[in-house]
Amino acid sequence: MSTPDAPETPDTTAGVPAGAATAAAVAPDAPVLSVRDLSVSFRSGDRTVHAVDHLSYDLAAGEVLAVVGESGCGKSVAAMAVMGLLPPTAGITGSIRLAGRELAGAGDKELGRVRGKDIAMIFQEPMTSLNPVLTVGRQIGEVLRRHQGLTKKQARARAVELLDLVGIPAPRQRIDEYPHQLSGGMRQRVMIAVAVACDPAVLIADEPTTALDVTVQAGILEVLQSLRERLGTAVVLITHDLGVVADIADRVLVMYAGRPVEQAPVHELFEGPRHPYTRGLLGAVLRPGVVAGRGVAAGPGAVLEPGVAAAPGAALRPAGKRRLPEIPGLVPSLDEQPDACTFAPRCAFADDQCTSGRPGFKAVAADVGADAAHRAACWHPHDVALQRINQEAGQ
Amino acid sequence: MTTAAVATAIRDMRARGTGSAKLKALRTNRLAMTGAVIAAVFVLAALFAPLVAPYDPARPDFDNALSAPGWAHWLGTDDLGRDQLSRVIHGARASMQVGLLAVVLAFLVGVPLGLLAGYYGKVADSAVSRLTDTLLAFPFLVLAVGLAAVLGPSLTNATIAIGIAQTPAVIRITRAETLRLAHADYVAAAVANGGGDGTVLLRHILPNATSALIVQATVGIPSAIIGEAMLSFLGLGVQPPDPSLGVMLSSAQAFLAPAPWMAVFPGLAIVAATLAFNLLGDGLRDVLDPRGGTR
Repeated sequence: MSTPDAPETPDTTAGVPAGAATAAAVAPDAPVLSVRDLSVSFRSGDRTVHAVDHLSYDLAAGEVLAVVGESGCGKSVAAMAVMGLLPPTAGITGSIRLAGRELAGAGDKELGRVRGKDIAMIFQEPMTSLNPVLTVGRQIGEVLRRHQGLTKKQARARAVELLDLVGIPAPRQRIDEYPHQLSGGMRQRVMIAVAVACDPAVLIADEPTTALDVTVQAGILEVLQSLRERLGTAVVLITHDLGVVADIADRVLVMYAGRPVEQAPVHELFEGPRHPYTRGLLGAVLRPGVVAGRGVAAGPGAVLEPGVAAAPGAALRPAGKRRLPEIPGLVPSLDEQPDACTFAPRCAFADDQCTSGRPGFKAVAADVGADAAHRAACWHPHDVALQRINQEAGQ
Repeated sequence: MTTAAVATAIRDMRARGTGSAKLKALRTNRLAMTGAVIAAVFVLAALFAPLVAPYDPARPDFDNALSAPGWAHWLGTDDLGRDQLSRVIHGARASMQVGLLAVVLAFLVGVPLGLLAGYYGKVADSAVSRLTDTLLAFPFLVLAVGLAAVLGPSLTNATIAIGIAQTPAVIRITRAETLRLAHADYVAAAVANGGGDGTVLLRHILPNATSALIVQATVGIPSAIIGEAMLSFLGLGVQPPDPSLGVMLSSAQAFLAPAPWMAVFPGLAIVAATLAFNLLGDGLRDVLDPRGGTR
C-alpha cells in the first residue's frame, strides 16, 4: 500500500501486475464480474451499428465501478448486455462471467435464475419502473418469493426490513402503498430495495439519479454507498455525472463511441487523465464558485483547475472567461469500426499513427505517478499528461 | 411528531383521492349513472324473474288474447293471451344471460390469445392475427346460421355464436395493450429481477390492461343483447314457447295493426337495455381509459 505518488515501478505495458506497489485497494484478485471483449452490434437494414466494441472490465467484490461517457457511447447497452436484457436482434460476442459462471449466450431460464438473485439492476426512471397496480410490498415480495422461496408472510416481513434498509421512513405503512403514492426519490429507493432483496453480488445502476432532484440524488447515492458497506454489494454505476462519480466510485471506466478509452482509480483519473477525451469531459464540468482561472475546489471532483482543464484542441480561452471548454466535433457514426482511434478527428494530439492504427487499451507507464491499474486507449498518453502539467506550471 | 402527523394526513388524503377518484368521477357522470341504474334494474329483473313476474310467461289465456295494456295486464297480452310484462321480464333473463356469457366466452378465448400474440410476436402473432382476420371475415349471421344448422338452434348455441363473433375484438385489444405494456419500464424491471414469462404476462401486463378490457366488456354486453334478440327473432336462438325479446318481436309481426303493444314493449326493452349498458360503458371509458382524454 503506497500513495498514488509512488515512485516509478517497472511496469509492463499490459495487464495489472498482481501486488504491484502502486495498486490501491482495487486489486481485482477474484472479480465477481468479469467482462471480456464484449461487443454488441445491431443490424438495421444493411447497416450494422457497433454499439459496444471490445469492452473489458473486472469488478471486485464491494467495489463501485463508474462507467461514464456521453449519450450513445454504449454504456447502457453494455449494461443491458450483461443483464441479458437486449432483444434477440442484438449480436453479442465476448464473455461475461459472474462469479465464474458464463452469462453470455445463456438461455432465458438460466438467466432468470441469476437475474434478481446474483445480479440485479436499477433503472433510470423511478416513475415508470414500478408496476402501478401492485403495492410496494408485493413488488418486493415477488422477488423474494421467486428466488428464496419465502412464504407470503416471510416475504412481507423481509420487505419491511428492506424498505428500512434503503431509508424509507415508516416502512410498515409504506409497504401497502401503491407507487403513485410515493415521490420519485422514494420510488427509486423502492427500486433499490427490490434490486437488493436477494443480496446480489453485483448491482448495476443505470443512471439511478438522473431523473431526480439534486437533493434527492444525494440521498440515493448515500443508500448505494451504505449497501456497499453493509452488504458488500459491488456496483456498476452508469452515469454521465462526474460529480456522482467523484462521490462514490472507486474506479472509473470512460467510454467513447462504444470503446473503452480510459480506466483508472477515481482520484487518479481526476488528477491525471491520460486520454484527451477524458480531459475534455473533465474540463466540460461546470463548478460553482469558479469564475476565473483560479480554481476553487468546490465539488469533490474539482481537482483539476477549470481554467486549464480545457480539452486539447478546444479553443483554449484565457483564464477569467466563463465559457466552459467543449470538445470540438461530433461523435462518430457507430456503423464503422475504423482501424484507428475513433477520437482522432476531434483530438489535438492526433497524428498519422492515430488515424492508421487502433490504440490498444494498455496500462500507461507510471511516469508521472500513474497507477498500475490505469489504462488508456491512446497513442500519446504521456503527451496528454505533460500538457496538463505544463499548463499547470504556466498558470 | 407533528411533521410525521402531517405527512400521514397527506398520505391518507392522497390515498383516498386517487383510490376512489375514478369512482367519484363516475358517480358525478349523470348519463353513466342513469345507465347504471337501468342496467341494474334489468339485471335484478333477470335474476329474480320468477318472483317479479305477475304471471307464468308461458301459460296461455285464450279468453284474454290480444287485450290492450290495462290494470290486469300492464303491457297487454299477446295472441295466446300470455302476459306481456311477464314475458318481457323472462325475456330479459335470456338477454342478460347471453349478454354476460357471450362476453365471458369471448374473453376466455381472446385474452390468452391476445397476450400470446402481443408478447411473443413472430409466429404466434402471425398465427393469431390470421385467425382474427378469418373470424372477422366471417359475417356474423352466416356463422350463427351455420352453428344453428350443425348444433341445432338453442340459447346455448346462440351464445357460442355471439361469443365467437366478439372474440376478434378482444384479441385485438389485448394484443395492442400487450404490445404497449411489454415495453413498459416495470416490465423490463420485472425481467431484470428474474421474472419469467408467466410472471410478466399475468402479474405485470394483464393487470395493467384491465382498464381497456373492462371498457371492451361494456361495449360487448349490449351488442350481445342485440345479437341474441336478432338470432331469436330469426328462430336461431330461444325457441318458442320460451320467452325472449326477439321471439316476442317475431310473433308480434302478424299483429302489428290490431295489437301494436306486442311489438312496442319488447322493442323498448331491447332499446333500454342496450342504451343502459352503452351509457355505462361510455362513462367507464371516460374514467378508465387514459386515451379517452378526461382523466
